[in-house]
Amino acid sequence: MTELTSLSRRKFLKLGALGTLGAAGVAALAQPHASATESPPPPDAGVIDHEAHGGNLTVGDVDLTSPGAFDPLKYLAAFDYGRVSTLPGGQTLREWDIFAADKEIEVAPGVYFPAWVYGTEQSGAHVPGPTFRCAEGDRLRFNFLNAGAHPHTIHFHGIHPPSMDGLTPVLNRGERFTYEFEAKPFGLHLYHCHVPPLKRHIHKGLYGTFIIDPPGGRAPAREMVMMMNAFDTNFDGENEIYAVNTVAFHYAKHPIPIKVGELIRIYLVNITEFDPVNSFHLHSAMYRLYRTGTRLDHYEHTDMVTMGQGERHILEFTVEYPGRYMFHAHQSELAELGWLGMFHATE
Amino acid sequence: MAGDVPRDGVIMDTTRSNISPSTESRFGLPVWVSALLPFVLLAALIAVFFNTNPLAVFSGELPPIESLALERIELRPGQFVVTVFNSGPEPVAVSQVMVDDAFWQHLISPSGALPRFGRATITIPYNWVESEPHVITVITETGATFIGEVAVAAETPRPDATQFLAYGLLGIYIGIIPVGLGLLWFPAMRRMGRKGLNFVLALTVGLLIFLLIDTALEAVEVAGDVAGVFQGLPVAVFAALIAWLGITAVSGKQPEAERDSSGGRMRIAALIALSIGLHNFGEGLVVGAAFALGEAALGSFLVIGFTLHNVTEGIGIAAPVTKDRPSIKSFIALAALAGLPAVVGAWVGGFAYSPLLATIFLGVGAGAIWQVIVEVGRLLLRDAERRGESAANWLNVAGLALGLAVMYFTAYFVKF
Repeated sequence: MTELTSLSRRKFLKLGALGTLGAAGVAALAQPHASATESPPPPDAGVIDHEAHGGNLTVGDVDLTSPGAFDPLKYLAAFDYGRVSTLPGGQTLREWDIFAADKEIEVAPGVYFPAWVYGTEQSGAHVPGPTFRCAEGDRLRFNFLNAGAHPHTIHFHGIHPPSMDGLTPVLNRGERFTYEFEAKPFGLHLYHCHVPPLKRHIHKGLYGTFIIDPPGGRAPAREMVMMMNAFDTNFDGENEIYAVNTVAFHYAKHPIPIKVGELIRIYLVNITEFDPVNSFHLHSAMYRLYRTGTRLDHYEHTDMVTMGQGERHILEFTVEYPGRYMFHAHQSELAELGWLGMFHATE
Repeated sequence: MAGDVPRDGVIMDTTRSNISPSTESRFGLPVWVSALLPFVLLAALIAVFFNTNPLAVFSGELPPIESLALERIELRPGQFVVTVFNSGPEPVAVSQVMVDDAFWQHLISPSGALPRFGRATITIPYNWVESEPHVITVITETGATFIGEVAVAAETPRPDATQFLAYGLLGIYIGIIPVGLGLLWFPAMRRMGRKGLNFVLALTVGLLIFLLIDTALEAVEVAGDVAGVFQGLPVAVFAALIAWLGITAVSGKQPEAERDSSGGRMRIAALIALSIGLHNFGEGLVVGAAFALGEAALGSFLVIGFTLHNVTEGIGIAAPVTKDRPSIKSFIALAALAGLPAVVGAWVGGFAYSPLLATIFLGVGAGAIWQVIVEVGRLLLRDAERRGESAANWLNVAGLALGLAVMYFTAYFVKF
């Protein structure tokens, strides 16, 4: 394990210059938590261009295999439509049994965070919580059970009676409440706990994405949800770890496969606590930006958007060339602390 | 063990109590049994404690207390090499490493959780920026962070012959040269009368008081860098206490009559030289560490400063022996005793800096200086007593004040 000690910087760069193979070698060297024989480098680690990226990565990989483990790649398009039935008037009813719980999650390889999570039986419990999806005009019913140690609620963004806004009642452990309202307006929304201290309840992980599709839906596309989030692992009021979808650098180590020419749609939500803004920058391509997703014509054609907490936009784009497309926060600090990923486009 | 403790060649019978009263306690138990009893009970109590865990009510599901010290950060071309030390009560697993708020790939050897008192080396390939600061943050399994700072980035010196010589030279500049120069005042000091000599002795007390405070403060500062489990500040205080009492015990063997003899006075001079040497060790440490940390620009100023600052030390060493005619050899020995530790200090500071060792040395230095203040003060008191005067006369007080002032103002060269 100490081989690297004798490896000069120049040799190290040379390794990187060998490209994929070299980078894989570097990745192999950078697996300190298990001996080389125990843990071969993850197959995707070699895709990182070491020259372009330096050593700015975490070491190792999070647990993706044990039961209940959170896989950020699977989360991307894990939409939870609920139990669907039709009301007497012909209206669609969607029903979810959602709970809040305390759970330790892995936010970077080997770094565990005592989180508070939302979960459903279908989606499991993790941070971010399940992505609820419905169509405008549906009747929605969220049967909420607080199984966590602290009082919690669910506050949905969107239009509904104020009695359903998740301020009251505050539910103690074991208590239940049903939030019921009609889904409107269509667009990209979110939900989160609204019990003070809000900072703590949000940064501990009680949030998720809430999508209301427009009547007739959107054009077919490769869809994915990205929640820009962060973790204050030492509870000093500043984040140590940033990501989209919780795990620092996960999509940098496991690039998201896409196809050249295919329409990509990203549901992008900023829930980052403590920092005033977060941002999304895409390399080598431009996206159409639908602010809050509440209109069907796009607002802007850009490769960079800056968002405050609770802001969310739909991004649509296609890529013209095969290859790797980096995306990251364009606050370098946030990018270097984990909020950086890759698309891998093939023909 | 029972029954086989020999006493006066007889195997003791522990079951009977008709042995001499001195070996049995009130309750008829042999002394060794009653001496052992508390230990047995203690062991039993600990066993019960761990088995029943009566404190469970306090702990709940608290996260483990982690304490990790980034003991040493070496800068090599294109990489940091960080030594981490687990000084906490629980094993600590280092999960990720950040350099300047950016996660960075690295190697840890040995891998896995660090046991209590365990050390590991983290190698981080990184293009550090010459002469700029860097911060290395280690993040553990529980998300706790521990920070190490590089004040000014420069390559860490490797102990090769050239470097060794260079650091040795630093020590000579701040230790041997100034002390030697100060000793050259000896002939002039000899021509001074009794009052003049007392003035010089008082001046010596003044400069020693300055050195005592300086060394003690330095010890407190360095003690702050010592990993918590080693209790830096108490270590410094105990080192001082033991040094003081140790030296007192050694000099206490000397008959009172001999104290005011030429041999006795030379002993005091040697004691002063030794304690000043311990202080100079601390200064060597500071300069060596400053150079190793890349504060070379600061370092050269520091060296000249310490040279000026330490010239007075030679006067202090020579002061007790002005009535006598010591040989050149004794002067060389005195200069070496006071000056050479600075060389050793520069080496240690440059190549193997350890806050704990530095704290111990500085504590010993403070204790030794205190003892010398007592000895030199006694010379002044005895002289005043013989003449039925007070030692706190204007001349002596002025000497003491001048000693403090000289040290204080020459310290402007070395304090920032």
